Amino acid sequence: MAFDIARLIGFVVLLTGIAVPLGLYMARVYQGEKTWLTPVLAPVERFVYRVGGVDPSGEMPWTVYAVSLLLFNFACFTILYAMLRFQGSLPLNPTGAVGMSPALAFNTAVSFVTNTNWQAYAGETGVSHLIQMAGFTWQNFISAATGITVAIALIRGLIRKESRTVGNFWVDLTRTWLYVLLPICLVLAVVFVSQGVVQTMAGSVSATTVQGATQTMSVGPVASQEAVKVLGTNGGGFFNANSAHPFENPTPLTDLLQMLAILAIPAGLTFTFGKMAGNLKQGVTVFAAMAILFALSVGVMYGFETAGNPNLTKAGADQVASVTQAGGNMEGKEVRFGITDSALFGSVTTGASCGAVNASMSSMTPLAGGMAMLNIALGEVVFGGAGAGLYGMLVFAILAVFIAGLMVGRTPEFLGKKIGPKDIKLAMFAVLALAAGILGFAALGVSTPAGMAGRLSVGPHGLSEILYAFTSGVGNNGSAFAGLNAASLFYTTTIGIAMLIGRYLFIVPVLAIAGSLAAKKQVPPSAGTFPTDTPMFSGLLVGVVVIVGALTFFPVLALGPVLEQLLMTAGKLF
Amino acid sequence: MKRYVFASIRMALLTMFVLGIVYPLAVTGIAQAFMPAQANGSLVRRGDTVVGSSLIGQAFTGPAYIHGRPSAAGADGYDGAASSASNLAPTSKALVESVSARIAAAVAENPGLSSGTVPVDMVTASGSGLDPDITLANAYAQVARVARVRGLPVPQVRAIVESQAVGRQFGVLGEPRVNVLLLNLALDAVK
Repeated sequence: MAFDIARLIGFVVLLTGIAVPLGLYMARVYQGEKTWLTPVLAPVERFVYRVGGVDPSGEMPWTVYAVSLLLFNFACFTILYAMLRFQGSLPLNPTGAVGMSPALAFNTAVSFVTNTNWQAYAGETGVSHLIQMAGFTWQNFISAATGITVAIALIRGLIRKESRTVGNFWVDLTRTWLYVLLPICLVLAVVFVSQGVVQTMAGSVSATTVQGATQTMSVGPVASQEAVKVLGTNGGGFFNANSAHPFENPTPLTDLLQMLAILAIPAGLTFTFGKMAGNLKQGVTVFAAMAILFALSVGVMYGFETAGNPNLTKAGADQVASVTQAGGNMEGKEVRFGITDSALFGSVTTGASCGAVNASMSSMTPLAGGMAMLNIALGEVVFGGAGAGLYGMLVFAILAVFIAGLMVGRTPEFLGKKIGPKDIKLAMFAVLALAAGILGFAALGVSTPAGMAGRLSVGPHGLSEILYAFTSGVGNNGSAFAGLNAASLFYTTTIGIAMLIGRYLFIVPVLAIAGSLAAKKQVPPSAGTFPTDTPMFSGLLVGVVVIVGALTFFPVLALGPVLEQLLMTAGKLF
Repeated sequence: MKRYVFASIRMALLTMFVLGIVYPLAVTGIAQAFMPAQANGSLVRRGDTVVGSSLIGQAFTGPAYIHGRPSAAGADGYDGAASSASNLAPTSKALVESVSARIAAAVAENPGLSSGTVPVDMVTASGSGLDPDITLANAYAQVARVARVRGLPVPQVRAIVESQAVGRQFGVLGEPRVNVLLLNLALDAVK
């Protein structure tokens, strides 16, 4: 127990140690300063602009930035959709995957373009190697880079004075994948292979087992995808079991690196923000708020998973930790990770909008699973997605200064920018779009036969399965209570739309806020200015995030995970 | 507008080529050149036969072998092309019934094991359905049975389990465990 807690604290220390230098490096990258990779990569960067036919020198107003982003993402969606439909006729298909149906291809293409990586297809057999590489690995880079560009544009909106522009989308996009994602992924992928993650163009390998049976094992170009799956907070596994699969996540070391990679960019961007704002404490304040929420989540998930499932104890299983076993609720978990690494991974992947899992979320004890769901429902700001976490949290920061302004009767300011009614309306629109998407679709799911037919479980867990699916879709997370039949027409269609709502009805208002703030004057701080670089602001930010999330989602969480936990304790089965 | 559309398509195709083709092939090249054993699945050979992967669990049902965890991968379990957890809810009747049945079978099969002391990983399905490991508690609980069926002294079997035990990585990461395939190969190697 004490050892486990020491390990959890060690994780946060390691994360901070990585996030600070990475965040400062990223600030240099986006401000166009020279980095140690510049001599090698600058010629490549120029080549990309020339071949891509884009002008890297032009600054864009928020509208052009948004249109470029949307058109680019739409082009990616169209190409990926076509590839999925016709993968049966395309090369690099050793396992003979067949073309997807229109609904499934729509769902899958949206999923990877929006950084969700919700997977309604079967990992091992549903897609070819070509799709895994030129489809999913490609979009894992691009969707993460897209999210980061939005965060950078918002930072520029906050720090620029009376400016019409928020940056150049193509430059931000290219620098993200070229200077940040690709170098780290190359190193990470090689380390993964050294630990046993497979990387081959073959489709499967066979063995004659000790007992004489034939075992066919799916393999493929996994390590290269695994690296960007985690670093870009994508989360779509090469295999169905995702990071629980030993070929994706073979050792405790790969597990640790995956968790650190998931949070590195979301955490690092808070320091990028502080650096670019010229006051590192602004970034530290946001980082601290995220870390507080993260610690609460880890505590809840670790506590309930260690306590285990009383129904299994009653059946005769021993869940008590000892020197020879880690104990706890081991249904759906791997022995090499045990409870500590599974609970930590669960918090990491749902706090960040990653969605990779190293254990079955559905088989977790109800409140641990509910905590995972709440992490997503809070708006993916517990570090959050690559870029999405920071811009989500900055939206909450704008709401927080607004609330603080209401309390003292002053016009709210953030980084010297007066927050006007238009900015608040845009921020509220983004937050409400998420909540309305999650609750609206979940209501549709539980009130239609098609929605109810997809459940694996009945009782409160059945509600949790449906609620989790739409929370995950709108939150662009991609993890699941995987008992749900996500491949049905109802769920492929509705979750596809949910993912689009969660992504673009948030990104466009955020870019609009960036444009609105960039155009404003910067007013010097006065005696009435509420400082946003203090522990008190971290606390206020946590409060706003929790209150918005709790008020919105507590009623339905009470009917799902909370009720199930009570019934589990009472021994009621479904 | 047309300019933006063309730029989008060109950037999409260019990034697809670099990130979706060149990058994975480069990693494949490095992996196959320098770490072919790991890159191709960490396969384990006995003589000339590939008997499995040290990373992927396989079904052991015979009484002379240490058994792995229950598996939800594929219809019969341990399907290397259909990884999956059970995804059953903690309040699922199906889960509790199968755990109860596994406990009854484990108690009947293993001398000295009684209900209430059955290690939880012995009776719960893993996250991947391909978990190659079990806990030491699970392995020790099966030692008496394996020793009896193989006609070996219990301390000798226990010593083999201990020799195959893997501690935490670097002393801190993950959980202690035993690889079931490697343990059974070690048992088979005893003359």
